[in-house]
Amino acid sequence: MLEGKKVAILGDRDGVPGPAIKECIESAGAEVVFTTTECFV
Amino acid sequence: MDLENQQRVKDLAEKHGKDNLVVILGGAEAEASGLACETVTNGDPTFAGPLAGVQLGLACYHILEPEIKEEIDPDVYEEQVSMMEMVLDVDEIADEVSTYREKYSEFA
Repeated sequence: MLEGKKVAILGDRDGVPGPAIKECIESAGAEVVFTTTECFV
Repeated sequence: MDLENQQRVKDLAEKHGKDNLVVILGGAEAEASGLACETVTNGDPTFAGPLAGVQLGLACYHILEPEIKEEIDPDVYEEQVSMMEMVLDVDEIADEVSTYREKYSEFA
């Protein structure tokens, strides 16, 4: 499902931050095109 | 979801194609994560941002949902995410995000 897809990451500083998600997503063979770590509240 | 990120997601969907773009969330709260999923699928429910009235229908998942977890290298997942997986309410988050995805996503 993720392989070959473009991925936008909306991380959360109180949850899972953007860079941690990026590492995971790249290991699944997807290309990360945007990463941010926001405060969701 | 802040207005700047709404614009970024909108631009990326136009650039790469709605069927080719997946949004992955890392939110700590189920309600906020569901709201973000609603925003990138059915449009901004607060009608404040660039996605107001824009139904992108994107595939949107939370990093803690089992569909995503099973595609990630287990060692990387363990190192990067497993601690937050223990702390956050995974079931509640997954329920909330999948509800909006099933309702509004066209490409999941």
